[in-house]
Amino acid sequence: MSTVKEDIRELTFGQAINEAISEEMRRDPTVFVIGEDVAEAGTPFKVLTGLVEEFGTERVIDSPISEPGITGLGVGAAMTGMRPIIDIMFGDFITLTMDQMVNQAAKIHYMSGGKWKVPMVLRTTMGATRRSAAQHSQSLHAWFSHIPGLKVVVPSTPYDAKGLMKTAIRDDNPVAIFEDKLMYSTIKGHVPEEDYTIPFGVADIKREGSDLTIVATSSMVHVALDAAKSLEEIELSVEVIDPRTTWPLDKETMIDSAKKTSRAIVIDEGHDQYGVTAEIASTIADGAFYYLDAPVKRMGAMNVPVPFSPVLEDLTVPTIDSVVEMVKTLCGKV
Amino acid sequence: MTNKKKSNGKQERIDIEFWLEAYEQMVKIREFEEKVNELYLSAKMPGLSHLYNGQEAIAVGVCQTLNIDDYITSTHRGHGHCLAKGATVDRMFAELLGKVDGYCRGKGGSMHIADPDTGNLGANAIVGGSAGIATGAAFSAKQLGNGRVAVCFFGEGALAQGLFYETMNMAQLWKLPVIYVCENNMYNEYTHYSESTAGELVDRAKAFDIHTEIVDGQNVQEVYEVTKKLVKRARNGDGPSFLQADTYRYYGHHVGDINRAYYRPKKEEEDWKNNRDPLTLMENWLLELGVVDKKIFAEINKEVIKEIEAGAEFAIDSPYPDLDEVDQHVYS
Repeated sequence: MSTVKEDIRELTFGQAINEAISEEMRRDPTVFVIGEDVAEAGTPFKVLTGLVEEFGTERVIDSPISEPGITGLGVGAAMTGMRPIIDIMFGDFITLTMDQMVNQAAKIHYMSGGKWKVPMVLRTTMGATRRSAAQHSQSLHAWFSHIPGLKVVVPSTPYDAKGLMKTAIRDDNPVAIFEDKLMYSTIKGHVPEEDYTIPFGVADIKREGSDLTIVATSSMVHVALDAAKSLEEIELSVEVIDPRTTWPLDKETMIDSAKKTSRAIVIDEGHDQYGVTAEIASTIADGAFYYLDAPVKRMGAMNVPVPFSPVLEDLTVPTIDSVVEMVKTLCGKV
Repeated sequence: MTNKKKSNGKQERIDIEFWLEAYEQMVKIREFEEKVNELYLSAKMPGLSHLYNGQEAIAVGVCQTLNIDDYITSTHRGHGHCLAKGATVDRMFAELLGKVDGYCRGKGGSMHIADPDTGNLGANAIVGGSAGIATGAAFSAKQLGNGRVAVCFFGEGALAQGLFYETMNMAQLWKLPVIYVCENNMYNEYTHYSESTAGELVDRAKAFDIHTEIVDGQNVQEVYEVTKKLVKRARNGDGPSFLQADTYRYYGHHVGDINRAYYRPKKEEEDWKNNRDPLTLMENWLLELGVVDKKIFAEINKEVIKEIEAGAEFAIDSPYPDLDEVDQHVYS
């Protein structure tokens, strides 16, 4: 069967993103990419390699180092008939785009009584342990998740990355996608060649289990899955839920899972303080209150700037070992 | 089109209908703002408004050069731009009162009036916040080849925002059809611009090799003629331009800014009102040309005031939005 070969086709996380954008640019001539070093360089992570050769410099545009400028230009272009993809090289630089994203993109539809739309994608990175220090390592997706009017995507697998990117490009709202830069080449997985989209606000159960629920995002999904695997040895069955979008948030799936397992941990690479873990833990605590046998635990990045020294940096993010320990503690297996 | 002799004997061709329409637009803005102030003072309007009185010739002179599908972005002091681009007074008032018949169903308010039907991408309450949007609209126009231009209205205070330098740079790099219209009313809120501005305003655009012009913002004819050239350049693919229009805001930063003596002298205000009022200057110009009878101005004023009164009444009678609208239009 020829389909068997297609079904097992594997791409890296980066290749899946490239394929999604390429396919959407072929499908819709109003889609364009703008950002620093996106054209011939294909971004420093080489995720967009080949795009400029196929679509030309009019649709794959190397911009000045002007994050607010290109984001603002994207908002205006989106309102007037284009579907821009704004490439912000490092997630840390979204701080520079805040006025355009928060005060402009997010509010224009509402402020105009529903008349103007901003169909724009901002794609950027997240994730520490790349030895990139405090201004190139943050995971700031909680910032945009706080703002009504924005949608926020945190894909964890190549399959999800392709389907969610396509949904983002076709969405009529501003969407921010945070891609863990360490996953671009290290995470491989099955990606169908055909066109498919994945709806926002629909969590994916990455692994079924009965003793404890882990809700994890982005690269933390893989940490959770590895921890779950090693916990099989002591006969603990862990369910791993990936919300895939931090907003809209699929509350139902995580609450149902916590009701079933009666224990939950939330893992996300953003800081714990006022972070994604807080929102999700609160959601579960509220929705599954009568079913819980333990407090919902949060595991985020330490509340410190990301340090450069590897021995320090590695302390700041959840690891397989720290997750295993937390699960054992919650399940009374210490 | 009529040929008339100017006092110096020179022949000048003038389209009287066109200029009387421009005059009417200016009166409409003036009277609209007077009514807004009245609604504020009588506690009928929630919040504050930033009045455009004194600056009417710029919005009208610029917008008279544009087509309905050309784009504008506006500012917190935006009523004049919206009206000049084609908004109607009734729905403007309704928006200012937070009523459902407003341009944004009452969700935007005075500082956020937007209207796709007239190419109005929106007024903006972040000073300088619309530079990206206007430049992006010009980018679309170029990519889609639809021949439109985008006008970005802003005050001189907005030139202290970095966004302008990023977007002017890109606009010139990529020859985008955008016109940056800097209304220099000399006051960044409560601070004279000389206290906040190093160098000359236009030099900022010149640094990017952008074509610049300076006009008397009280002279609608001059604003119109110069903008027409800039629009032509933009449509021809010659890229962006920067227009500095020197002007004066008659009222304070907003309707509640009553006692202004601490930041600008009363005499200065009176001087502009008495000697450089755009409506008076226009009336004098048309009278000097001998193309109209003086009573036409009174007639236009009377008609406009009728329209303003009816528009305000419409807005006062308009219902507030249904409460279930509060979470509508967050996402499309």
